[in-house]
Amino acid sequence: MVKTTQLVKTFKNGDVYTPVLKGIDFEAREGEWLAIMGRSGAGKSTFLYQMSLLDDPTSGEIVIDGHNTHTMSAAEKMRFRLSKFGFVFQDYALLPELTALENVSLPLLMQGHSRADAYKIAIPALERAGLSHRVGNLPSQLSGGEQQRVSIVRAVAHQPKILFADEPTANLDNDSSKKIMDIFSELHKAGQTIIMVTHEEQYARLAQRIVYLDDGKIVPEPRQTL
Amino acid sequence: MLPLNVRIGFFLAVRALRRASLWTTGLIIFVMILTFLNLVVVSGILVGLLQGAIDQTRVRFTSDVIVSALNDKSYIENSPNLIALIETFPEIEAITPRYREGGTLEANYKTRKDTDKPNTAVAQLVGVDPYKEQAVTHVADDIVEGSFIAPGDYDQVVLGHYLLKQYLPIESPAFTTLENVGIGTKIRMKVGDVTREVTVKGIIKSKVDEIALRVFMVDSQFRSMIGRNDGNVTEISIKLKDGVDPIAVREKLERSGVDQYAKVQTYEDAQPQFLKDIIATFNMLGNVFSSLGLIVATITIFIVIFINAITRRKFIGILKGIGIDGRAIEFSYVFQSIFYAAIGSGIGLALVYGFLVPFFAAHPIDFPFSDGILVAPLNQTFFRVGLLVVSTVIAGYIPAWMIIRRNTLDSILGRN
Repeated sequence: MVKTTQLVKTFKNGDVYTPVLKGIDFEAREGEWLAIMGRSGAGKSTFLYQMSLLDDPTSGEIVIDGHNTHTMSAAEKMRFRLSKFGFVFQDYALLPELTALENVSLPLLMQGHSRADAYKIAIPALERAGLSHRVGNLPSQLSGGEQQRVSIVRAVAHQPKILFADEPTANLDNDSSKKIMDIFSELHKAGQTIIMVTHEEQYARLAQRIVYLDDGKIVPEPRQTL
Repeated sequence: MLPLNVRIGFFLAVRALRRASLWTTGLIIFVMILTFLNLVVVSGILVGLLQGAIDQTRVRFTSDVIVSALNDKSYIENSPNLIALIETFPEIEAITPRYREGGTLEANYKTRKDTDKPNTAVAQLVGVDPYKEQAVTHVADDIVEGSFIAPGDYDQVVLGHYLLKQYLPIESPAFTTLENVGIGTKIRMKVGDVTREVTVKGIIKSKVDEIALRVFMVDSQFRSMIGRNDGNVTEISIKLKDGVDPIAVREKLERSGVDQYAKVQTYEDAQPQFLKDIIATFNMLGNVFSSLGLIVATITIFIVIFINAITRRKFIGILKGIGIDGRAIEFSYVFQSIFYAAIGSGIGLALVYGFLVPFFAAHPIDFPFSDGILVAPLNQTFFRVGLLVVSTVIAGYIPAWMIIRRNTLDSILGRN
């Protein structure tokens, strides 16, 4: 489903070059739930951003669902993200002027669904996430856990091939985090491919596989410092 | 069916506007209203000062069409036949033929000592049928003292206020006025070699120079004074029925051959060249002020939208991140700009046509040479609305475009 070959990302700040990813070879299979762990600064989020095409690698190749993304234009990447990816961000990333229903509907509308059709998909999805009473609420009227659940519903409502999640429980209390992980488990059981960055081992262990990153490289097992 | 990006842009714009801060929205719309008023009212007042003068001249002097003696003649030949011809035109509502001669007035001659300088003033002496004159120009409405002449008045005159020192207190060797003259005062009126003592019956205060410098007398009296018994008049002001085009009537008169022995002009033709030049200059000044206002508005909207887009940079990044086309986001900002411009212009239009134009029509600005009104022709106003909308759309689009072209991840993470 996702395959990276010698993936390198180096940040440049003036004359200073900072290598963050140092040649990563990686593969995630369809339907797999994969957690990426590593200490702070190990390059977890940077790796996720490269795979999810939110950023361009310095070198190396990324092949997703049989498509080599190296040759894609920015517009093609955007369409690719819309059709194949779902995103869950650490800070929920909901649009503040849109209600929960509108936030969830937006990617569907962009895919060409009519508003009525988008709502027909979004409302049951929100209900399944226990948010039937929050459909018309703005993000500012929701708790952190509720916002993250809306964010997940938005990410999967259009049935993406891969769900990327960047520290989805980092801002949540234990109860809310557990609810989020329950949703991830259900999605995984339904066949959803999930690639999740987390620093919380208890949630990482829910995944099928854990990939450890250290100093820009995949390492076989965690160091003591983790 | 609208393109998808336009529909998504509209969807986002409507929600952004609906849930925006009322204060911010109100402030932007307020700026748009002020800009609109600046665009329309400043130039409208400038032009209105002159339009007031033009309107006054049309109403009180020339009326819609004026037929006057050729430049090398002192009267219109064959006037009785011409008047008879004009009166057959169905477009005509009323006409007033006038006899006019240059002359001098003298006051205080009974108390003047031989060594004193005579108190004289140069004036245009006019003989009119009071009823006909009133039917065309309503000139009697401008009487400020006494009353207007009536058909039976014998040796009575009405003076324009520029002839009297109490109304025009200037000391100029080239222009003199009469002192101590009021209602009932006897003055001498001299035309050629004929001098007659007349009594002041009324004083007209008019912002039309031609009226303010005139002396009105009953036409039968004036004819005997100037010795013209052939009925040939100097000018004929013609008032047309509502909706009749003065140019059409002028052309009709010209086709009848009237232009061979008289000058036929519409009220616009009769405007002095300097007035036309001033109108052109004021129009230019108005356009300069309007352009400056437009630039200020464009920059204001640019700043507002830019700040809005900068503060929403993270959300713009998220939109792009989840696959929303950058053009849809640009459309959303363009729609918001159109909304601000449309609401601002709409309120501005309502203010201008619902309040300011009627207000200035009812309470003109009192300028020495005119009653200033607000001139806002619909076609020019809508042209300016169009300019405002276009510049606002550009001002809204550019900052959105600048933010959207930045790296998506940098926007999401707030990196520079």
